[in-house]
Amino acid sequence: MTSDTALPLLRVTGLRKHFGRDEIIRGIDLDVAPGDRIAILGASGSGKSTLLRCLNFMERPTAGRIVLGGKVIGTERSGHDGKIEVSYSESELTRVRQRVGMVFQQFNLFPHMTALGNVMEGLRTVKGMARDAAAAKAQGQLARVGLEDKADVYPSRLSGGQKQRVAIARALAMEPELLLFDEPTSALDPELVGEVLRTIRTLAEEGRTMLLVTHEVGFAYHFANRVLFIADGVIHEQGSPDEVLKHPQQARTQAFLARHNEFQF
Amino acid sequence: MYQWDFTPVLANSGMLAAGLANTLKVTGTALALGVPFGLGLALLRLSSWRALSLPAGFIVEFFRTTPPLVQLFWFFFALPILIQVEMTPFVAAALTFSIQSAAFFAEVFRAGIVSIERGQSEAARALGMTGSQAMRRVILPQAVKRMIPAFTERAIELMKTTTLVATVSYADLLFQANELAQKTFRPLEVFTVTALIYFTVIYAASLVVHRIERRMAISGETTVH
Repeated sequence: MTSDTALPLLRVTGLRKHFGRDEIIRGIDLDVAPGDRIAILGASGSGKSTLLRCLNFMERPTAGRIVLGGKVIGTERSGHDGKIEVSYSESELTRVRQRVGMVFQQFNLFPHMTALGNVMEGLRTVKGMARDAAAAKAQGQLARVGLEDKADVYPSRLSGGQKQRVAIARALAMEPELLLFDEPTSALDPELVGEVLRTIRTLAEEGRTMLLVTHEVGFAYHFANRVLFIADGVIHEQGSPDEVLKHPQQARTQAFLARHNEFQF
Repeated sequence: MYQWDFTPVLANSGMLAAGLANTLKVTGTALALGVPFGLGLALLRLSSWRALSLPAGFIVEFFRTTPPLVQLFWFFFALPILIQVEMTPFVAAALTFSIQSAAFFAEVFRAGIVSIERGQSEAARALGMTGSQAMRRVILPQAVKRMIPAFTERAIELMKTTTLVATVSYADLLFQANELAQKTFRPLEVFTVTALIYFTVIYAASLVVHRIERRMAISGETTVH
């Protein structure tokens, strides 16, 4: 997938995540090359969202190594039993998150700010931009998702699809090197899914590096250059959309896709 | 039949006005100090570092569960022995009610902060904000909006509780009313007027807060989700 010469933007090795005694991620290796569009599929509870949330450290991995832009995140040292332990400093994770954007299933817009205010917030608070410059840039991002006329509207007056597009603009404004989508259309009414997927597709055409956790198998097929099928916290099958979605080799992948296509006509 | 006569009260209205001014002074001081200290206590109590959260929790619980009159007496009569400093009634009262309201406001702040959905702080962190930036820009502005009713309730309770300062001879409204009643032999009129003054001030203040709350609800997102 990734040529040896091109440095991966993100390299994940041996990733594990426990919640108490539950092991949700059980050893995942993943390379993300610049420009990759990776769709992550899997049944609910398979660990696909947790995997995504580990990549911008919304969840701290229990074990494993994450290398972003050639640099290992966290400080590694050998534990008493020879295992490598990683400790993370909050300030380092904050810097990582400035480079890895995220779009959430529940949008999580800031309800006390207008659409423009939402998009400006990171520019002002995190990047320290002047108000005018931030407003101009934010306005441009809203235009990109087709919501330039909603700048002064509060989230409570926006439809679900519009909210998610504002959330996408908010993430884009920070110019992340990597953009994570955590089931961006799962909270939407069916008729609003299309506008969000179209927005994501335009980003794909710009060559952005993106990881998308989704249930929209059809969209994954058109959007992704790689598809991962996650089951029981490991990558069960991966490959091109054709390989995984049209000619799956593993029984569980086949069963998952059959369930998704059950009611198609 | 009792013959009402308010003229002695009106003739001495300056005494009650001076008392009201002192009541407002103690209440205002306790609010001005209690709100920021309350926020500080709430943030300490929410800290994941137990060396911070445990002492903060102790202060909050201690001042919420001891009678305010005991606290006042302690600061007025006991503390001066301990630190060898003369304590004026105002300083003792300001100290007592500032710390006590800080303890109560801490709980109001804490409840407001934890009521904000987890997704809000996640979204802020995902933009690369630090914890304190997320608190200041995203969590607190929303929490404060939700806190207003509980905050108003506490402020009203505070003003009523300040009547205890009369017991350490601080010339608040109640203390002055008592003096005036003894001077004029008109307790019925004096205390009726005093009650009306408390009612007017507190009711007017709560109307203003209610107004502000409504205006905030109109602009932008309502507090209900």
